[in-house]
Amino acid sequence: MPSLKDLRNRINSVKSTQKITSAMKMVAASKLKKAEIAAAEGRPYAERMERMLADLIATMPNRTVAPMLLAGTGKEDAVMLVVVGSDRGLCGGYNNNVLREARRQIVELTRQGRSVKLLCVGRKASDSLRRDHRDRIVDTLENVTRDGADYAPARDLARRLRTMFGDGEFDVCYLIYNRFKSAVAYEVTVKQIIPFPEPQVAVGGEGGRIGIEDARFSSATYDLEPSEDQLLGALLPANVAVQVFGSLLESYASEQGARMTAMDNATRNAGEMIEKLTLTYNRTRQAAITTELVEIISGAEAL
Amino acid sequence: MAETILLEIVTPVRLMRAQEVHLAVLPGEGGNLGVLPQHAPLLSSLRPGTIDIHDDRMKVVDQIFVEQGFVDVTPERCTVLAEEAIPVSDIGRDYAEERLKRATDALMIAETFGARQGAERELRVAEAMVAAVDAYHKRRQE
Repeated sequence: MPSLKDLRNRINSVKSTQKITSAMKMVAASKLKKAEIAAAEGRPYAERMERMLADLIATMPNRTVAPMLLAGTGKEDAVMLVVVGSDRGLCGGYNNNVLREARRQIVELTRQGRSVKLLCVGRKASDSLRRDHRDRIVDTLENVTRDGADYAPARDLARRLRTMFGDGEFDVCYLIYNRFKSAVAYEVTVKQIIPFPEPQVAVGGEGGRIGIEDARFSSATYDLEPSEDQLLGALLPANVAVQVFGSLLESYASEQGARMTAMDNATRNAGEMIEKLTLTYNRTRQAAITTELVEIISGAEAL
Repeated sequence: MAETILLEIVTPVRLMRAQEVHLAVLPGEGGNLGVLPQHAPLLSSLRPGTIDIHDDRMKVVDQIFVEQGFVDVTPERCTVLAEEAIPVSDIGRDYAEERLKRATDALMIAETFGARQGAERELRVAEAMVAAVDAYHKRRQE
């Protein structure tokens, strides 16, 4: 049976924890609002970029001259996984979600006999992966999304990926990140960014051929300036940067959402705990008083 | 024939403009591009420079500086994708000159090929920005 003093201390400590979690919840909620807007405002650029690339690629029937970022290296042996997590914890299953998928992919790809490299965004991601896949981690980027996602770090990361790709360090690159759905929901997404996944040209027609003919017809009317090679050469790298940026935006919003939910739960649990402890405290106090009374009365009777 | 065309200016962080315009003049890679309603489909890259938005009497009503990008034109719309876009009226002369100075310095100390390339690109942007600001003030004085 804990003493009254112990119980009082316990209650106070849970109360101060509750204050912290509820403050963290508020902070996450306000950050989430901003992050949500940022994620929504970032989408138009990515969408239009993709539409433009799809239009452009449809004008290129001759794939032999396509740049590497589109055509790939012709192999799929070395795979680069960019795992986007967070720098800080206390955000529920946010990181675990991404990490579980990353581990699954590593096992699956290794089983197929491919080599896997990892590039981690966020300290939490690398801390965990370092335990069992230390030698696969190429590098870890920290503090990329400290106060929201910025375009500049995304562009730098994309440039780095392109250089590594150019140097033949990997053949295919996937992004693994949490896609934001709502404040309480996010979804692990695996997206191929290098080489550019070929758009599904055959949307309407059954069997690819008709679709491709259609696409070629519609895009044959496009004037291109300077030339399609140069345009592709400029658009493809820009697209990698945009995709990376998009994943950072989505991740950041998901992280704030996850943290808000986790902290909300923690605050509620602390409340329940306080209630239970207070009940025990009062009972113990009452029991002590009763014992004392009984002692006094029986003492008086004995006289 | 439609009298206006939808001009969209999009940057990675937001959809900056979406408005109906009578004529937009864009800084195409190979020279300025005038885009009128019902323009033939066109894909082009852009050099750093200003987008001039004209009203129905072909007077420039708005100027937006874009830092390199792409444009996708169809008869109904004209979508500009730029890494950075800012109204020329919001650019301070000091800011533009400061940027030009920094770019010039960066080019001088650039050692690797990559750094040199980056600095050259930045220099091009800064030069275009200074030119845009100058042109803007000159026009204002007239």
